[in-house]
Amino acid sequence: MIRSMPVLRSRADPQSPEAQANRAAMEALVAELRARQEAVAGRGAGGDEASIERHRARGKLPVRERIDRLLDPGSAFLELSPLAADGVYDEAVPSAGIVTGIGRIESTTCVVIANDATVKGGTYYPLTVRKHLRAQEIALENRLPCLYLVDSGGAYLPLQAEVFPDRDHFGRIFYNQARMSALGIPQIALVMGSCTAGGAYVPAMSDETVIVRGTGTIFLGGPPLVKAATGENVSAEELGGAEVHARVSGVADYEALDDEHALALGRSIVRNLARPAPDPPWERLAPLPPAVGSDGSDGSAGLYDVIPSDLRRGRLDAREVIARLVDGSRFHEFKPLYGATLVCGFAHVEGYPVAILANDGILFSESALKGAHFIELAVQRRVPLVFLQNIAGFMVGREYEAGGIAKHGAKLVMAVACAEVPKFTVLVGGSFGAGNYAMAGRAYQPRFLWSWPNSRISVMGGQQAARVLSTVREASLPGGRWPSEADRAAFETPILDAYEREGSPWYATARLWDDGVIDPLDTRRLLALGIEAALHAPIPETRFGVFRM
Amino acid sequence: MVSARTAAGPLRVLFIANRGEIAARIERTCRRLGIDAVLPHRDVDPGLDLLDPAAVVGAALQVGADALHPGYGFLSEQAAFAEAVLAAGLRWVGPPPDAIRAMGDKAGARRLAASLGIPVLPGYDGDDQSDATLLEEAVRIGLPLLVKPAGGGGGKGMHIVRGPAELGAAVAAARREAQTAFGDERLLLERHVAPARHVEIQLLADGFGAAIHLGERDCSVQRRFQKVLEEAPGPTVHGSLREALATAALRLAAAVGYTSAGTCEFLVDDSGAWWFLEMNTRLQVEHPVTELVTGRDLVADQLRIAVGERLGIAQRDVELAGHAVEVRLYAEDPAAGFLPATGRVEAIGWPRGPHVRVEPGIAVGDEVTGRFDPLLAKIAVWGRGRDEALGRLADALDATRVLGLTTNLRFLRWLVRSPLVREGVARTDTLERYWPPPEDWGPPHIPEAAWQLAARLLLEEAAATRAGDPWRGGWRLNAPPAVRLRCGTDERMVRLPARDVGRPHGDPVPDVPCILADGTVHLDLAGCSVPCRIAPAPEVDLAARQAGQRGPGSGSEVAAPMPGRVLAVHVAESSAVASGDPIATLEAMKMEQVVTAPRPGIVTDLLVRPGDQVSGGQLLAVIGAQGGATADDGHGAGRDARGGATSDGRVIGSGRPTRAARRATGRER
Repeated sequence: MIRSMPVLRSRADPQSPEAQANRAAMEALVAELRARQEAVAGRGAGGDEASIERHRARGKLPVRERIDRLLDPGSAFLELSPLAADGVYDEAVPSAGIVTGIGRIESTTCVVIANDATVKGGTYYPLTVRKHLRAQEIALENRLPCLYLVDSGGAYLPLQAEVFPDRDHFGRIFYNQARMSALGIPQIALVMGSCTAGGAYVPAMSDETVIVRGTGTIFLGGPPLVKAATGENVSAEELGGAEVHARVSGVADYEALDDEHALALGRSIVRNLARPAPDPPWERLAPLPPAVGSDGSDGSAGLYDVIPSDLRRGRLDAREVIARLVDGSRFHEFKPLYGATLVCGFAHVEGYPVAILANDGILFSESALKGAHFIELAVQRRVPLVFLQNIAGFMVGREYEAGGIAKHGAKLVMAVACAEVPKFTVLVGGSFGAGNYAMAGRAYQPRFLWSWPNSRISVMGGQQAARVLSTVREASLPGGRWPSEADRAAFETPILDAYEREGSPWYATARLWDDGVIDPLDTRRLLALGIEAALHAPIPETRFGVFRM
Repeated sequence: MVSARTAAGPLRVLFIANRGEIAARIERTCRRLGIDAVLPHRDVDPGLDLLDPAAVVGAALQVGADALHPGYGFLSEQAAFAEAVLAAGLRWVGPPPDAIRAMGDKAGARRLAASLGIPVLPGYDGDDQSDATLLEEAVRIGLPLLVKPAGGGGGKGMHIVRGPAELGAAVAAARREAQTAFGDERLLLERHVAPARHVEIQLLADGFGAAIHLGERDCSVQRRFQKVLEEAPGPTVHGSLREALATAALRLAAAVGYTSAGTCEFLVDDSGAWWFLEMNTRLQVEHPVTELVTGRDLVADQLRIAVGERLGIAQRDVELAGHAVEVRLYAEDPAAGFLPATGRVEAIGWPRGPHVRVEPGIAVGDEVTGRFDPLLAKIAVWGRGRDEALGRLADALDATRVLGLTTNLRFLRWLVRSPLVREGVARTDTLERYWPPPEDWGPPHIPEAAWQLAARLLLEEAAATRAGDPWRGGWRLNAPPAVRLRCGTDERMVRLPARDVGRPHGDPVPDVPCILADGTVHLDLAGCSVPCRIAPAPEVDLAARQAGQRGPGSGSEVAAPMPGRVLAVHVAESSAVASGDPIATLEAMKMEQVVTAPRPGIVTDLLVRPGDQVSGGQLLAVIGAQGGATADDGHGAGRDARGGATSDGRVIGSGRPTRAARRATGRER
């Protein structure tokens, strides 16, 4: 089938000054991305050298070493939001003090949620909670077993108001465990450090729990609290160590002698889950690399070359991107002559069928109608949807409003919201305004949402916003006019700066608006990993709501 | 050239009842002479038992052979086999059966030599083999002495006795080994003379009474009576000594009606005194050095003699020119007490160049098992002088590569550069004083580039073999791929170098010779073939044991250091043992090895019985703590005895105890 599909060809010239500038800009961004990752992950844990050394001195492995040892040798690890909490709090909380991701354990695709005790004792900041809940959400949506490597002092007390009381706060963790267990999604805890207070419920709520002798403790109230409450003098080990829980209380099921042993026990538990992956609803093909080399090694322009260094000036040609992402660069484009600003078509990524929607300009009514139609096709065929988002928004103006762009846009939003096939969103450029909704932004619950490092996200572009605000302000000025352009600029500059800062992918990823900033060259790999993970959940029938006609 | 016009006709098809390098060596001469060579394992039946005389003769007849060359080892020194070959109407490429028989009885040969007035070591070669007599004779001979099997030579079953208390154990072990190796448990006792050199004379004799010698070989570089390096001429053999030894050798040969090629072995002490040891009635492993200094082809000589031709050369025509040295490349692990190694040959690189002669016995793809002699190849060189030869040999060894299994190549590279060899001072007992060298002789250092290379190759292979599984390949988000590798006994997480931004293929592959085969990268590091694999995932039982060993007061395990058969078990369950106490005796490659307790304690589990076949690394026994108070007693010693094993139990699982452990056990042999 794939052989008969049309092949996209690149028209980009790698030698053009534009391509070279693009490449240089993206190389700098990817280098920054790697440096940021290295800063939080390079030491095996997020803490400083001294705290990692103390951690090791207690016989404990740093969190990333734990994960490396838990996963199958050579397994990929699809880490989620490693740059979470970067720059959010007064103090550094690398990766929000928790490492989450997906990997293979005993050939089973699993979600791993692992506290990093070298970061603030593994306590839960607001973003720690969000990151934990996001990983659980992924486990739930994709029906993946959860392994909790617990090593946490519980809620971060100074910020308890943002951690404890609300729906999507700390308590939701245990709610999720209960609901997932009820759905037959295994919940497995390896207690490799403290599980204090609320944290005690992670192992207690798990289907099976391992506790490490000497370092793992589970208790509702720690020794200081007990002393204060009852006067009883008791050590942490006596109060809630492995001996107590594996032999007496039954809160844990297995006693491990050390971290390595606990991880081996965790693997053994997974081996016995007996969870074969369901058969996909279609046949997967043999993976093929794109015919247009994405790294430029074949002499054609690479992916970096076609990503404009400045979204406001350069055009991101959707087909040039798709040609570098899909197998054999083969793309069966749907309605190529209609609604041209939304490129739709079927293709394969690493052998998996995908239905791609990619922006190639502002959304018009025709583009929205075409997109809704195309989603109906994908849904009927149970083909995953991939949104390549680069959208300044819907067209505005009298003619377009009169033409019903709001209702046509609504059709696309309806289709996106209700489509039950796995959805994957990649922010490849700008993500502004209602276009974000129509292109499966975070609110539309794509299974995964990743950002390229050149991407921008905000309700509208910074310059637009500054101009809108300065225009609104202008109306209230004496004379209804800015005295001078300099005055207008003085008003607009702080707005521009704020949009620039808050629209950056680093700002976004720190707040978990995405699942991670990625190297564009990893997009194919991530889509393949994401689809493989998604296929563990059955794809149900889709029921759309009322389309406004 | 074999004109081969005798009563029995020319030699057309030669059956080579052997394998490995010697079979290839003999075939080479055949090819030169236009004789068809038949190698049974290649041309007849890979399963043919080369120790079964009837089967071998049957196979030779079946392929229409008109002569049989036995090579060395196997049936080469069995007179009855030679008789069977002759009775089947085949020519026998070797001495007459009676000569084999006379010299095969080492006690009889001693007596014969003595009767000819040829010096033999003070000793006992009588038929009364009772313990009492042996003890009495031992006292008469004086210590130290050697206990040797009377029924065969070659260093097998030989034991040095230095103190009276050792005699009983040495006799028992030697009897057992003699019975296994030669089917004859008779022993003889000889004064152990050390320091001394091993010098042997190469002879050729024809059926017409003509006999010559081709000078000597010095084979003093030995390890436990096994030759490691041989050279010709002997670095300290002068003309009159050569004359004396050669005369004695020729007289012995004449006395038994010897024909074909043969070797008389002597011991020469530093005063110049010498004694006859034994005669080997076959072609010897180290014959190439004689060929290199004489320009002769000893196999061709043997074939000519076998078809009844005359020797065709007089003693005065024999010229010794230059110097030749040979080393034996073995599948054995010098860092682990020279235990035999097994594995598949994945890649070979032999040295080339003028005056470098390689006798390969292996090819890529061969499985080296414990069934055969672990000799992989011989590397011999010739030089105008000794220094030139040794320099050439060092270069040749540097150019040699064998990947896929552990060899002694690294040891040989050390050896040819060591003062022991360079200065020509080796006596039969000196190697053990120079080896292991004072510098660290642990596992070779694995450079970062080698880790990276292995990781890259293994990840690529893993991704390729499960094409389409996106989880393969150790991918990491915004970081280089990572994978845990085990290289040799080292294990660690390896992160590939970050690919250049925008270029997924990364840096050029670093230059470490290696080969990838079936999920293993065999790295060539300083002459060692170091296997690298993706580390196995943590396994519950192993993890628990290792955790236990890291913790205090827990049990330790005694594992078989090599595959073999359990000869004896020296402890019972619940018995108390001290560090170093024998637990069991294993036998492999006809060598015995005592496995000792790594730490004091109580034998909590005994998992084998005498007669059991065990694999390398198989658990033999578990030693538990003696109780809280004494758990740590001698723990340090246990740690020493097992090297890394107690602190890192992985060693146990791999069946590769450390060098320290090997030495501890080696003393028990």
